[in-house]
Amino acid sequence: MAEFLRIAWVIAAKDIRLELRSRTALLSAIVFSALVLVVFNFARDPTAIAAVDLAPSVLWVTFAFGAVIALNRAFYVERENAALDGILLAPVPRSALYVGKLLANLAFVGVVEAVALPLFVLFFNVGIGHALGGILGVTALATLGFVAVGTIFSAMVVRTRFAELMLPVLLLPFMVPPLVGAVQVTAKLLAGRPLSEMMGWLRLLTLYDIGFVTLCILIFPAVVDE
Amino acid sequence: MTPELLAARRIVRRGQVLTLLGLLAAAGVYALALLYTPVEVRQGPAQKIFYIHAPAAWGALVAFAVVGLVSILYLWLKDERLDLFAASSAEVGIAFSLVMLTTGPIWGKTVWGTWWTWDARLTLTLFLFFLFVGYLALRAAVQDHGERARFSAVVGIMGLVLVPFIHLSVYLFRTLHPQPVLLKPSAPSMPPEMLRALLSGMAAFTLLYIGFVVLRYGLARLDNLREGAGDAL
Repeated sequence: MAEFLRIAWVIAAKDIRLELRSRTALLSAIVFSALVLVVFNFARDPTAIAAVDLAPSVLWVTFAFGAVIALNRAFYVERENAALDGILLAPVPRSALYVGKLLANLAFVGVVEAVALPLFVLFFNVGIGHALGGILGVTALATLGFVAVGTIFSAMVVRTRFAELMLPVLLLPFMVPPLVGAVQVTAKLLAGRPLSEMMGWLRLLTLYDIGFVTLCILIFPAVVDE
Repeated sequence: MTPELLAARRIVRRGQVLTLLGLLAAAGVYALALLYTPVEVRQGPAQKIFYIHAPAAWGALVAFAVVGLVSILYLWLKDERLDLFAASSAEVGIAFSLVMLTTGPIWGKTVWGTWWTWDARLTLTLFLFFLFVGYLALRAAVQDHGERARFSAVVGIMGLVLVPFIHLSVYLFRTLHPQPVLLKPSAPSMPPEMLRALLSGMAAFTLLYIGFVVLRYGLARLDNLREGAGDAL
């Protein structure tokens, strides 16, 4: 188990180092998320709809779009010079490769979200201080679920034509349960509702995470093994 | 003529016969529905669309389950024929979903007064349709046959796991759709004539589904042989 985690960490560290040196994909994803927030500002009538009513959906649609952009790059870097074949030659379990990629993607999407959240507070003037802990928690819970699915899809779509288009088409249906849950919980958190009202959704998010992370670890070898 | 070619042609012929039988059965069901079922008290003749709508939904669900289950079998046995079969089922599923998604709003507009509502079952079936579309779009974008089969099997299995989650997440909203009339603890809440028409509709659409899939599968086999012959030249 320790060996498995060490291999996964090596893969993740490689991806993170690579991204920190080039920074192009990460910066583009952050700028993209900021632009989505700006566009949202013009998509509502500020006199008719209070920012706080729209806030949960704005936040989560931004997170979702930012994540799709960030996930596109996950296996893209492995395509150049057939880098993935090099990794696959190493005698390591395929599932460790998946977990490594998942960790790296969680780091990227986490950074994008960490920049988008303050920007969202700034642009929409929504106070989230009273619910910050809860929002961070539900963000982690929902993000883990859709990044787990997105990681496996991004490994497939880089081998196709129109990879950038294919990922959202495949992934967005899978993002629906975590997004619906996250929006509901965020709205209740901002409104200061008691925890008992959110339990159903939190249970759904947890089940989704457990179900899909397990399934993806089991099924990933079928994606990379000839 | 190679044995494979003969086998593929035989499958196509069987598919044609089954499809024809299915179409005849479907025609019979509509005659039954229009002539012999009572007119629903509150909905009037608009309710007759039910005998297309519900069987089509049933066919789409069967198609979807088959894609998922055959995908599991494919990853296990790695037989190319299973992959072709799953793809055929997905294509037929798209057709049935489209019938369901077209007849639904027509019925909904007359009865509920709205074309669309984000009710649990509507949303679920809409996502079934999107999953079918994604599945087939992915197939179209992968060139290598082995890779295409593995990737689409993965999507098929993941889709099967996704469905209960979508159902659960939309279920937490209130629902406008009629509550189940058939599979429920108490007796079906429907006059026997209507129930008979519904059940024969479902039987006819199941037959039609099998016919379409067998036909499509035979054609896929022929297509594969043709591609192979092209490579050999």
